Amino acid sequence: MSRQISGRPVLRVSLFITCYNDTLFPNTGKAVVRVLERLGHTVDFPAGQTCCGQMHWNTGYQAEALPLLSRFVEQFRGAEAVVVPSSSCVAMMRDHYPKMAEELADVKLKAEVAELLPNVYEFSEFLTKRLGLEDVGAYYPHRVTYHASCHGLRNLGLGDGPQRLLKAVRGIDLVEIAGLEQCCGFGGTFAVKNAEVSSAMLAEKTTAILNTKAEACTACDNSCLMHIQGALHRQRTGVQTVHLAEILAGDEVGA
Amino acid sequence: MSGTALDPRTAPTFPMAALTAMGDTQLRKNVRHATDVIQAKRARVVNEMPDWQALRESGKQIRQHTMEHLDYYLEEFEKNCTAAGGVVHWARDAAEARQIIVTLVKGLGATEVIKIKSMTTEEIQLNTALEAAGVHAYETDLAELIIQLGHDQPSHIVVPALHKNRQQIREIFKREMNLPELGESPQDLADAARTFLREKFLRVKTGVSGANFLIAETGGVCVVESEGNGRMCLTLPETLITVAGIDKVVPRFADLEVLLQLLPRSATGERMNPYNSVWTGVDVNGDGPKAFHVILMDNARTEILGDLEGRQTLNCIRCGACQNACPVYRQTGGHAYGSVYAGPIGAILTPQLQQMHHSQSLPYASSLCGACYEVCPVKINIPEVLIHLRNKVVKQNGMLNPEALAMRMMGIIFKSEGKFRAAQRLGRMAEAPLVRKDGRGQGWIGWLPGLLGGWTQVRDLQSMPEETFRDWWEKRESSKKQGVPRG
Ligand code: SF4
Repeated sequence: MSRQISGRPVLRVSLFITCYNDTLFPNTGKAVVRVLERLGHTVDFPAGQTCCGQMHWNTGYQAEALPLLSRFVEQFRGAEAVVVPSSSCVAMMRDHYPKMAEELADVKLKAEVAELLPNVYEFSEFLTKRLGLEDVGAYYPHRVTYHASCHGLRNLGLGDGPQRLLKAVRGIDLVEIAGLEQCCGFGGTFAVKNAEVSSAMLAEKTTAILNTKAEACTACDNSCLMHIQGALHRQRTGVQTVHLAEILAGDEVGA
Repeated sequence: MSGTALDPRTAPTFPMAALTAMGDTQLRKNVRHATDVIQAKRARVVNEMPDWQALRESGKQIRQHTMEHLDYYLEEFEKNCTAAGGVVHWARDAAEARQIIVTLVKGLGATEVIKIKSMTTEEIQLNTALEAAGVHAYETDLAELIIQLGHDQPSHIVVPALHKNRQQIREIFKREMNLPELGESPQDLADAARTFLREKFLRVKTGVSGANFLIAETGGVCVVESEGNGRMCLTLPETLITVAGIDKVVPRFADLEVLLQLLPRSATGERMNPYNSVWTGVDVNGDGPKAFHVILMDNARTEILGDLEGRQTLNCIRCGACQNACPVYRQTGGHAYGSVYAGPIGAILTPQLQQMHHSQSLPYASSLCGACYEVCPVKINIPEVLIHLRNKVVKQNGMLNPEALAMRMMGIIFKSEGKFRAAQRLGRMAEAPLVRKDGRGQGWIGWLPGLLGGWTQVRDLQSMPEETFRDWWEKRESSKKQGVPRG
C-alpha cells in the first residue's frame, strides 16, 4: 500500500548529507529534513555514509576516490530517492561514477551505479523535477540574492529551478546578482593552490553581492558559500550566506 | 612582458606567473574589457542560431572521426596536395619544422618573409629561428604586428594583442613607425599599419602562413581572417610556405560548411569571417604563388592521439572562445600560462605538447567551472581533460609530499564511518586554539598554517559546530525511539 499526500505518493528519501555538510553545515542537513518532512515525506540517513570522492577525484587522486564509489553504492543501494544538498557532489556522481565503475572493471557495480544514479537528486532538483513543486510553504522575510554554483548550473542543468523555489517563498525580497553565471573562484583545492587568482575571482563575486544590497546570499552548494562567506566575514560586511534549504525550511511563526 | 618568446620549458609555475600578471592593473582592465566585449558579441550570434547545439555536435563528430583516422586523411591530403602542385614536407617536431622552413627560405636566397598570423609558427618559435638565419619576418596581422613592434608576446590565440588597449598600441606605433603625430582613432591606427605593411606586401617575395584547416579531399589549405592582410600574403608572394599541425586536417571540403559556421561565431562573434581563403596547389600560368610548400608537423600530437582521454584536445579549432569565457584567464591574461596557448585550451594542450615534462601547474589553473566546455564549438570536455592530466601529475609527484600524504590520509578516513567521526572530533580539537568568536557567538578562524594558509589569506573560515549532522540525527532517532517529544 502506498501512502499519498494530496494525490502524490509519499517517498522514502535517503539523505546523503556529504562529508563537509555533515562536519561544517549541520543546519543545512536539518533544514533538508525539515522541508521534506513538512511536505509529508519520510527521511532516512544511512549511517555508514562519508564522502562522494569529489575532492580526491578533482585534484587528481583517482586511486583514493575509487573505493568511495562502492561505499556509496553499499549505503544507498535500493533507495527510492537519494537527496544531496550539494550540487557539486551530485555532479561528481553523475559525471564520473559510471566511468569509475568502468575503470574498476566491476560489472555488478556498474549495473548498480546505472540503477542508482537516476534516483540521485540535488536538493532543489528533487523538489522541482521529481516532486514538481515550486511553493514548499516557506517564509523568509529577508532580501536575498541567489548565486548559481557552476556545477549546478552547467553539469546538472538546474536552470532557474532554484530561483522559482525562492520566488515562491513568502516575504522574500529576491534580487538578481550581476554576472550570475560567473564562477565565484572556489574550485575546491584551486582555492589554496591558486589562492591569488581564486581571491581575485572572489572579489568580483562579493562586489556583485554587495551591489545587490542583499542581507544574504544563497546557493545550492555550501562549498561555494563557505568561500564567499569567508570573504564577506573577513571584510565584516554583515552579509550572511545561507543554503537554499535553510531558506525553504523557514516557517512563519504562528502560521 | 619582454621580447623573449613564451617557452613552457622555462616558464615559472602558473601561480607565480599569475601573481606577476595580476600586479598589472592596466593589463587586467584591458583583458576584462576585451573578453567582455567578445563574449557579448559571441552570445548574440550564437543565440540567433536555432541549431547551434546540433552544429556543435556535428563539429565534434567531424573532428573526432578525423582523429580516429588521422593517418588516412593525412596521406590523402599529401596525395591531393602534391597532385595540385604543392610540395608536402613532414616534420617530427618543432626543430625539424624550423629547419625545413629555414632551408627553404635560404634556398630562395630570401632575407625577408611576410607572415600571416599563425599560432603554430609561435609554438615553434619560428621568427627567432629565421632571425638567427639572417631572415627577417614581418608579421602582417594587425595584432601580431603590434606584438612584434612592441617586443611583446601573444596572449590570446585569436586576438594576440588582447592585453593592449588603443593608447598603448598608439604609443608602440608612434615609436616603432616613427610617427610622432599619429592620432588615436581606430582609423588612424589602421591607416598607419596599412601604410607600413603595404610596402612589404609589394616587396617581399616569400610568404609564411599557418592553416585553419587542411582539406584532405582536395589537398587545399584554408585560412580565415578579418583583415585581408592574410589574403595579400597568400596571393602576392612568389613562394608560399604553410606550416600546420597534423591535427588541422579535415576529411572533406563539405566539412567546412559546419566548421566555418562554428569558428567565426565562436572566435570573433562574426557570422562569417570577412576573408575565407582556400588555396589548392599552384597555377603556374595564373595568379598567385608559383611554388607552394606545406609542412605537416607532429610535435607531440601523435602522443596526444595515443592517449584516449587526452585525445579530444586535438579536436580544437583554435577559436579562443574558452579563453574569453574563462574566469581565470579573465584575471591573469594569457602570458601567465607561459605558452602561446593560454587559457583553458592552453591548460590542457601545453602540458601534453610538453609530454608532461613541463607545465605541470597548468592543469590546476582552473576552478573546473565548466564555462569553457559550455562555449567550445566542438564540445571538448576541458574539465574532464584537466582532471585526467591532474591525475598524471599526481602520479609523477609520488606519494611522499605533504599534499599527497594528506590526501591519502583523507582517503583512509573516508573509508570508515568510525575513522570519519574520530577525524571530525580531532578537527574540532585541533582548530580550537585558532577560533575567535564574533558578536553572534559564531566562531571564526582568521589564520591557518601551511597549505591551508592560502585560504585565510583573504577569507575567514567558520569554525566547526559543536555537533555534526550525524550526531544530531542519532540523538533525534534515539529520542524518537524513547518516545521523547522532539523539539
Ligand atoms: S578548446 Fe574549444 S573553445 Fe577552446 S579554442 Fe579550442 S575549439 Fe575553441
